[in-house]
Amino acid sequence: MSMLKKAILSSLARDVEFIKGYQYPGSVHYCTVPGEKFAEAAKVMKDSYALLAAEWATDETLLGRGYGIFACYRWGSEYLIVKTLAQAKTPADDPAFQSLTKIFLPAFRFERQMQSLMGVRPLNHPDSRPWIKFEDWPEDAWPLRKSFDATLPMPRVAGEYNWIRAEGEGVYEIPVGPVHAGIIEPGHFRFQAVGEEILNLEERLGYVHKGIEKRFEAFSWEEGYRLAGRVSGDTTVAHSIAYCMALESMTGSRPPDRAYWIRAVFLERERIANHLGDIGAICNDAAFAFMFYQMMRLKEMVLRTNQKLFGHRFIMDKVIPGGVAVDIDEKGKQEMLAELDWLAKEFEKLVVIYRENPSLEDRVRDTGILKSKRARELCVVGIVARASGLNLDCRIYNPFPPYDQLDRIELDVPVLITGDVHARTKVRIDEVRESIRIIRMMLAELPDGKLTNPVALPSAESAGFSAVEGWRGEIIYWLQAGPKGEVNRCMVRDPSSVNWLGLERAITGNIVPDFPLCNKSFNQSYSGHDL
Amino acid sequence: MIRILRQIFHTGIVTEPLPQEEASGIEQVGAQLEETVRRRFSRSLAIRQVDAGSCNGCELEIHAINNPIYNCERFGIHFTASPRFADMLLVTGPVTRNMEIALRRTYNATPSPKLVVAVGDCGYNGGIFGESYASLGGVGKIIPVDVYIHGCPPTPVDLLSGILKAISVK
Repeated sequence: MSMLKKAILSSLARDVEFIKGYQYPGSVHYCTVPGEKFAEAAKVMKDSYALLAAEWATDETLLGRGYGIFACYRWGSEYLIVKTLAQAKTPADDPAFQSLTKIFLPAFRFERQMQSLMGVRPLNHPDSRPWIKFEDWPEDAWPLRKSFDATLPMPRVAGEYNWIRAEGEGVYEIPVGPVHAGIIEPGHFRFQAVGEEILNLEERLGYVHKGIEKRFEAFSWEEGYRLAGRVSGDTTVAHSIAYCMALESMTGSRPPDRAYWIRAVFLERERIANHLGDIGAICNDAAFAFMFYQMMRLKEMVLRTNQKLFGHRFIMDKVIPGGVAVDIDEKGKQEMLAELDWLAKEFEKLVVIYRENPSLEDRVRDTGILKSKRARELCVVGIVARASGLNLDCRIYNPFPPYDQLDRIELDVPVLITGDVHARTKVRIDEVRESIRIIRMMLAELPDGKLTNPVALPSAESAGFSAVEGWRGEIIYWLQAGPKGEVNRCMVRDPSSVNWLGLERAITGNIVPDFPLCNKSFNQSYSGHDL
Repeated sequence: MIRILRQIFHTGIVTEPLPQEEASGIEQVGAQLEETVRRRFSRSLAIRQVDAGSCNGCELEIHAINNPIYNCERFGIHFTASPRFADMLLVTGPVTRNMEIALRRTYNATPSPKLVVAVGDCGYNGGIFGESYASLGGVGKIIPVDVYIHGCPPTPVDLLSGILKAISVK
């Protein structure tokens, strides 16, 4: 039996109720607890060494239930979703729930977001400022509620955001953004510094909030994959796989094996392309432009092969519910293998140069350290977690074929403990090598068969879940059908939703000129966070 | 150091001439770009890129036109850190409600005469995000746009052709 299930049953046996009939994958358990036990359940999870993977709210008024509050915990390969209903003192208008922030730090932002967008109030939350919702939104605009009409424009109201202040002699503030100096997404950073040293960094995101979660509700199940592919343009493959797998888990459909394998090839190619770009950009921010141009050259070649073989440079819209939209033929296979041979050779030459450059080493080592303990507290995921000693990777712990065939693939996931810029670069370097290796293996053993299987439509009140390792880390989708089987809620948790917290902590004590370097080594998505 | 030099010599110049585009009537995007930039912008076209709400897909391709293969700097095109010395704003959309004010301010901070190029299907009409409480739709709804570049995301060649089109109209 699942460890987490056992733990929660032994502590809260009388209150917890496990629910069957939800079409989750086998590694996911789902239970409900009464509202006053929600925080206690979190404590039990904390004591069982589980990490908080996501927290979200649903409007279930159409299902006749008020507001659902969900927390998803992860321990190894197990997920446990704990649900409660928001307690309303005055009916419907002030639903509240127990805050988990003091037990799990990442709940800090999840809960601010839930309060801002769904209008459910976390009790005893230390920070009541809105998140993603800006001060010029009307206070009662809760877009994720069913009663909110998303098609109408919102009026602007007067309001002020209360920034965290630092005082004292020589303390000054540097506001940056939302329009940054480079070609990057918008977000606002506010530093308090003394001389060069950063005392505190406060992030303020939400500038690219496009209403994606609400938008999903206006789409049919079959169309949603296109929107998922545009949650974060650089992670289009992983997001569309995650959406499709959540939908497939809801309906019990299963794509053909060949489709699974081709999805994995796409996923690894996306990982290679983005890691190459990141390694180059990190070096560029340490004033080593040579590496930037070399890596951008390699990345461009990967994108061109994508265009040639799959018809899109980022392989957008090629993962569809039930399978994939393009095949890999024999010629394509040979072409990809030749490309990988060339890429591996060029890449290794550059890695030697990266390693042997003392001025670069001076910048990337011991800069922007996210300590292992802190990384655990913040429940970070993906490359950030693996550079800080947390061995988390959905390809190992929550695999889909072919990753589950460990004897054939033998995926080797790099984990480092130093947690500095160098560690995050090194994890990427090792992952590029590993991806090149496993693409070769997957191409050699690609099973025959169809590309798609039909996907049944979800039945009323069913729910689906998926966790997929994109190049940044674990992406979680949770889908829920309404009373007529329509889209009631589509929850998206990009790795950036938790990893942005890691950047805030890693930067403290560093010097201001190292911020771009640290930020690049995290390279989190603004769009995936803001939704 | 010797390794770096060896790699540089071994790599050589990878920059490619831009492909012929018959359909749009542009014979050689590159040559014309260079010529127009030289004539009308004294050899230097400064672009300020503004992400007004995109998914980051368009940004990746705008990055790509800076890579050694497309190498937009050879045509005199470069990206500036401030709108104060920009000739052109390259705006990706859809414009979100939360970015509207920042976009207007960036536009006002750019000295006239200025060109605005809206990038991507979202920059044209909001694309898949449409118009909603959070997304205001295309860039043209907020600031005057000279040229739209379509695509999701547009390829680097599309981007360069679009920039050429923009500097040829006025």
